[in-house]
Amino acid sequence: MATTTNLKKSDLKSDQEVRWCPGCGDYAILGCVQGVLAGLGIPREKLCMVSGIGCSSRFPYYMNTYGFHSIHGRAPAIATGVKLANPDLSVWLVTGDGDALSIGGNHIIHMLRRNVDVKILLFNNEIYGLTKGQYSPTSRVGLRTKASPYGSIDQPFDPIGLALGAGATFVARTIDTHMKHMAGVLEAAAKHKGTAFIEIFQNCVIFNDKVFDEVADKKVRDDRTIDLQPGEPLVYGVNGDKGLRMDGFGLTSVAAADASVWNSTTPSKAPATVMAEIPRGGDLPTPIGIFRQVDVPLFEEGVHNQIRQVTEQKGKGSLKDLVYAGDMWDVK
Amino acid sequence: MTQTKEPGAELPLQQQEEVVIRFAGDSGDGMQITGNQFTNTSALVGNDLATLPDFPAEIRAPAGTRPGVSGFQIHFSSSDIHTPGDAPDVLVAMNPAALVVNVMDLKPSGTIIANTGNFKAGDLRKAKLDVNPLEDGSLDGFRVIQIDINARVAEALKDSPLSTKDVQRCKNFYTLGLMYWLYSRPLEATLKWLEAKFKNKPDLIEANQKALQAGYNAGDIHEMFQGRYEVPRCEMLPSGTYRNIMGNQALGLGLVAGARCADLDMFLGAYPITPASDLLHQLAAYKNHGVITFQAEDEIAACCAALGASFTGHLGVTSTSGPGIALKAETIGLAISVELPLVIIDVQRAGPSTGMPTKVEQTDLLQCIFGRNGEAPAPVIACATPSDAFECAIEACRIAVEYMTPVFLLSDNYIANGSEPWRLPDLDKLPKFKVEFETNPEGFLPFSRDERHVRPWVRPGTPGLEHRIGGLEKENGTGNVSYDADNHELMCKLRLEKVMGIRDTIPTPVVQGPESGDLLVIGWGSAKGAIQSGTDALRAKGVKVANTHLRHLWPLPHGLAEMFSRYKAVLVPEMNMGQLWRVLRSEYPETNFLSYAKVQGKPFTQSDIVARIESILEQ
Repeated sequence: MATTTNLKKSDLKSDQEVRWCPGCGDYAILGCVQGVLAGLGIPREKLCMVSGIGCSSRFPYYMNTYGFHSIHGRAPAIATGVKLANPDLSVWLVTGDGDALSIGGNHIIHMLRRNVDVKILLFNNEIYGLTKGQYSPTSRVGLRTKASPYGSIDQPFDPIGLALGAGATFVARTIDTHMKHMAGVLEAAAKHKGTAFIEIFQNCVIFNDKVFDEVADKKVRDDRTIDLQPGEPLVYGVNGDKGLRMDGFGLTSVAAADASVWNSTTPSKAPATVMAEIPRGGDLPTPIGIFRQVDVPLFEEGVHNQIRQVTEQKGKGSLKDLVYAGDMWDVK
Repeated sequence: MTQTKEPGAELPLQQQEEVVIRFAGDSGDGMQITGNQFTNTSALVGNDLATLPDFPAEIRAPAGTRPGVSGFQIHFSSSDIHTPGDAPDVLVAMNPAALVVNVMDLKPSGTIIANTGNFKAGDLRKAKLDVNPLEDGSLDGFRVIQIDINARVAEALKDSPLSTKDVQRCKNFYTLGLMYWLYSRPLEATLKWLEAKFKNKPDLIEANQKALQAGYNAGDIHEMFQGRYEVPRCEMLPSGTYRNIMGNQALGLGLVAGARCADLDMFLGAYPITPASDLLHQLAAYKNHGVITFQAEDEIAACCAALGASFTGHLGVTSTSGPGIALKAETIGLAISVELPLVIIDVQRAGPSTGMPTKVEQTDLLQCIFGRNGEAPAPVIACATPSDAFECAIEACRIAVEYMTPVFLLSDNYIANGSEPWRLPDLDKLPKFKVEFETNPEGFLPFSRDERHVRPWVRPGTPGLEHRIGGLEKENGTGNVSYDADNHELMCKLRLEKVMGIRDTIPTPVVQGPESGDLLVIGWGSAKGAIQSGTDALRAKGVKVANTHLRHLWPLPHGLAEMFSRYKAVLVPEMNMGQLWRVLRSEYPETNFLSYAKVQGKPFTQSDIVARIESILEQ
């Protein structure tokens, strides 16, 4: 069978009925991912979706590609094995805030520091959905759930800050309802050589409805978010008249004409961290777009280069050389 | 370094059939190197041998203390042997702690060679001794040879440019030289080894070689020893080319061989853990042998990455010890559910929890057979000796790829670090189980099954066969997620029948000794050596006892019910509280099984087995 390129979005839809709740943000993300992946020029058989456990992790079943729905939190480890063993595959990892940042916290940070060429889509809805609504490691303090009837006490993780701290080489954020923006971020992630970490604000209509609305709702989005585009001025607002100026570690609201130009490729994590720490729903806009994008050697390339170098030096090894080795003697 | 005359040549040379020596010293004294050198030389001389290192978990416990004692026991013989020996004939004690920790194991009237240079007041204090055991009469009944090795090494190396401290570090080679003289062993192999070991450090080569030679030439040998010994070569070993091999090494080689037999590249995911780490070290060096090694962030990730690699068409392998198996359990369940090959190595150590990481036990059998959620059958095999680990690794690879299943391969600390002569296999005659990947999209279903219920293996990247797998229950055939009641039961049955069907491809174990009678002794894993020697010894005395051994622990081979029916009782010695015994009782309720449990962090000895069998037969 010939390879399948020139894909249409519909080529990536599997025959399985999608079973997320009506109104779930996941539908939009699925559609967007299918559209973007179809347009990458990657043959369908080279696409591989890996996921953990949770609502978002059902994603591979709905993609007509290779896919592995694994166990809770472990998708980064499975995906690392897949990518190391076959670097030709385009590996996409779908996870959620509980899957990636709670039970799978260890694996996600190590994938990020190694810089395996896997694209991580973290659907952050600040809640455990599939287990019917417990507070998650990204839930805001005070969130009332069945597991926190008097309000949650845990301080939340900021996924972007965590990724930056772990040394992620591509860190971005987008919004489930902002299709055009999401497509742009996904395309940039696909082009990046290395682990791409994309936090997607994803609305859970059942257990945490409208949690991102103060910044993500279409009515306020342009005024309450700022799109970090590498090399572009930090301008936002419905009329594009507002800007941000970076002075050292400080940010000030300025007129668009006085806005700083966004530098996502500086080796320092400081500018991205300053952006990540803007409180959501405060006076300053919540950043979406690309926080950081730097070139760091790929883990799997390092592994395979070393294999190649040793093989060049020593020649292709034979089992006989390993077994018939050391001090040997003959018994007649 | 020429010798004009063999030192002590006029002393009587006495032939011995077999000897057990234990080298014991501080963990910084190089006793493992000394033991390994003595082993290699004995192998080259043609002895059959078995070794058992015994070292503390701490890298450097406080010097001179009892917890810091490191030991190495070698049993070498002119006849066929199966264990490192019950009790040493000779104990080499480099300090008082080494003496007191080991002396109770020594044979009555055995020989102690004590380095008096380390028996000063301070040394005794570190060993928590009020009086010097060399002087208080507590060693009456043993032959004690006192040598100030510290002083002798200093004297032998007085012209060396090395510091006093570095000179003292050569004393293990002085000791080795002395033992080479006593047992008439050649120096050449060790002299050569030193040259390779200290390549580019000529001072160290010279000093250690001189120390070795000085020990061999010790001027007052006449006064210390009444004679020397010779253990002739073993004529019972089958003809062939041999090398000495440790269990972990053989296992690593077997995995490379197994991947070759399947015509696959191997992917090892591992996390450092005693006593399995050596496998990671070994395979990490095989980069030009189609091996990818990945040191993961934890045990779970190591297993997951290996499973991910299996998904792509590699032979996924993960190596660990008992605590690691506990962590990997959920991933192994996933591998069972998605029906992908995975080889899981468990080099068992004493538990529970962290237990005694450098001590031996066989306590993971039930964990491996049953330790998962859901109906999750998986095959389990165990290697019996260091060289057997090679064959078992190949067998584990075979089962994994032929049955699309995770396979447990149990080793243990005793096998991993023990050694024996290995008759090198004819590599052209290794089994062949080349994997055929599915590439035909015509009618493809990811969970269709062949007559053994085995599903097809597809490499992602194959056009037209895009499919999804996962840990949710799958519809048989399509692999689509299914909560259907009947389908779930069918899938549970199919997965079970697939694994139980493996028994059609494994032989019924051979029985040695009487074909029927009062007692059959059955063992698994490293208990084999002691059971073999114990039953051999009893049969030599005319006792009617049979023995057999299980390599395949789950599923159990065909023919056992019939075999067991021929004996009044079946004794099951194992280094746990009766795990195989429980399995056998549940599988063969007609048989009278007797458990012989030993959980001391130490292997069975031949005399353990003999004593237990005699006491059973007396009743």
